[in-house]
Amino acid sequence: MSVASTALTLDALSAAGRPALIGYLPVGFPTVAGSVDAARTLIDAGADMVELGVPYSDPVMDGPVIQRAAETALRRGATVRDSLAVVEQVAERGAPVLVMTYWNVVMRYGVDAYARDLAAAGGAGLITPDLIPDEAGEWMAASETHGLDRVFLVAPSSTPERLALTAKATRGFVYAASTMGVTGVRSTVGHQARQLVADTRAAGAERVCVGLGVSTGEHAAQVGAYADGVIVGSVLVRALLDAPDATTGLDRLAQVTAELADGVRRARS
Amino acid sequence: MTPGRPDVETRAADGPLATHAGPYFGAYGGRYVPEALVAALDELETTYHKALLDPGFGTELRRLHRTYTGRPSPLTEVPRFAAHVGDGVRVFLKREDLNHTGSHKINNVLGQALLVKRIGKTRLIAETGAGQHGVATATAAALLGLECTVYMGEVDTQRQALNVARMRLLGARVIPVTTGTRTLKDAINEALRDWVANVATTHYLLGTVTGPHPFPEMVRDFQSVIGEEARAQLADEIGRLPDAVAACVGGGSNAMGVFNAFLDTESVSLYGYEAGGTDLEPGHHSARFAGGVPGVLHGARSYLLQDEDGQTLPSHSVSAGLDYPSVGPEHAWLHDLGRVTYEPVSDDEAMRAFRLLCRTEGIIPAIESSHALAGALRLGRDRTAWAGGTDEPVLLVNLSGRGDKDVDTAARWFGLLDDDTRDAGTRDAETREERDR
Repeated sequence: MSVASTALTLDALSAAGRPALIGYLPVGFPTVAGSVDAARTLIDAGADMVELGVPYSDPVMDGPVIQRAAETALRRGATVRDSLAVVEQVAERGAPVLVMTYWNVVMRYGVDAYARDLAAAGGAGLITPDLIPDEAGEWMAASETHGLDRVFLVAPSSTPERLALTAKATRGFVYAASTMGVTGVRSTVGHQARQLVADTRAAGAERVCVGLGVSTGEHAAQVGAYADGVIVGSVLVRALLDAPDATTGLDRLAQVTAELADGVRRARS
Repeated sequence: MTPGRPDVETRAADGPLATHAGPYFGAYGGRYVPEALVAALDELETTYHKALLDPGFGTELRRLHRTYTGRPSPLTEVPRFAAHVGDGVRVFLKREDLNHTGSHKINNVLGQALLVKRIGKTRLIAETGAGQHGVATATAAALLGLECTVYMGEVDTQRQALNVARMRLLGARVIPVTTGTRTLKDAINEALRDWVANVATTHYLLGTVTGPHPFPEMVRDFQSVIGEEARAQLADEIGRLPDAVAACVGGGSNAMGVFNAFLDTESVSLYGYEAGGTDLEPGHHSARFAGGVPGVLHGARSYLLQDEDGQTLPSHSVSAGLDYPSVGPEHAWLHDLGRVTYEPVSDDEAMRAFRLLCRTEGIIPAIESSHALAGALRLGRDRTAWAGGTDEPVLLVNLSGRGDKDVDTAARWFGLLDDDTRDAGTRDAETREERDR
């Protein structure tokens, strides 16, 4: 399973002189099959990794765009098992596929059982927005057993002690939230992001990727200059949400992704 | 000491329950939150624990409670109501309904607001269901010169329109929440999103014993004045302990408040009544112990109404304040320990108790608190469980709030409006049908 490890991808891209583009899409939006198409489009248009969000009834770290997509996915009957099926179909493309999920979904499924099934589907690991290392004992054990990455978040409010604790618990990369807030399209990327990346590295993290508010090729180039990866979500989801039909949605998604992919490719030149 | 009733029997092995500290209550509690909030929770915990050691803090809070809240709240014996509970049963109500702002919520709000002044933040945010906690928070903000924003589900802003106006009169901004089920759960989601973005200047004044550590422990401590006063008042009045204590349980702060002083006195039976709604089908109730399984919501692990996929199920209750899919983690622990018995009370049963107290005692209770009154009536039918062989058993009921806010709901429920020409029975049936849809 470690073939799809995020660290290998990040290190290879770093050796090639650029950061990774990591794109977020919700499972089950616009439909389960549609989310497979969207994730494949994302990869084909230049994303290096995919982050698949499991729709959840109470997504407290998400802004209106991702909330709306998740509500639609749930209304149309998307399930946790669908998330595993989508991972499997997207992972066939070769790019690492992470699952982003609120913790109750995994607890209900069974932490070890979800880790086992995710690994079997070819998933690379989990991003856990409401699970801090302090509460992650069961997940630490399950991720070791099944060879999965653990992506924890840090924020501008994190103390040096917490940065060190999180860096130590992480496997793969640390997700640095560029700003204090929830996911969403923003006109600028938080000015605290660069310092947070430097502090997180100083606290022992080998790889740090930045997300929240990254919305344009220009943002991607700016952030990519100092981060190992650039994480983009809401602007991609919005491309799908605002489209009049699925085909147009995929076209627009490819277009936005291409612009972002161009951004990370000129980030360090 | 009390004749016939030993005032001892503490759980020595695990230490006293009443002072049990977070973050964990057995397998429950914890901090399932975004990392962005951890620094603020640590700061709150440190400030709170320092304040506990500072005699000045307790003095200031007690002064506010005496001169502003109106504490101690009275203890009222209700013999005409008690006659419906059972022969010889004496029922005492702890009158949190007589506090300033109309409920027990002010006890916690003033405590946290004083902490906020110490931390130096300038803005309060809060969630509210029935509006009682929102009104209390808006009141404290006005009193202490803080900015205030209250999140309230759109459904609740409609069923509690007067409390919305009340909060706005007090200078608060009220934001109707239109996401999800548009009730208390979604109001908390929005408050958490606001908090993550504004945590540098803003305190989230959580209104109950749920949420991430230190909230369950701290809110319980601020509410424990209820039980401490009631215990002392009963000692003065009748020179003995109650045989049982009954409270309603939404998030569970009024219940923890009244239970806490009795947790380590095993001769006192404790009963928590959650909202059984129309029936116990998913989506028709808020009975977490009767219909939920452990899970995580809003930062804590506890009993939770959820489906097979871990999605939160919609909850229902005639009382907005009990309409919540999870419950404080300490209640989950006390449930598993068997120290407190939790039972669901249906909308109908609660409304019958509501009307009975109005007519027998001239007290209009909150519909939330009416669930505890219904519980008392039920205890009267099964005295062996809590009264033993006592001829004149004593039952303490926490009357957590007053029913002014519920007059509109009750008037519709019982068909009491003059312009309503149809009889009450028709209205009842229709209201129930409407909710079932």
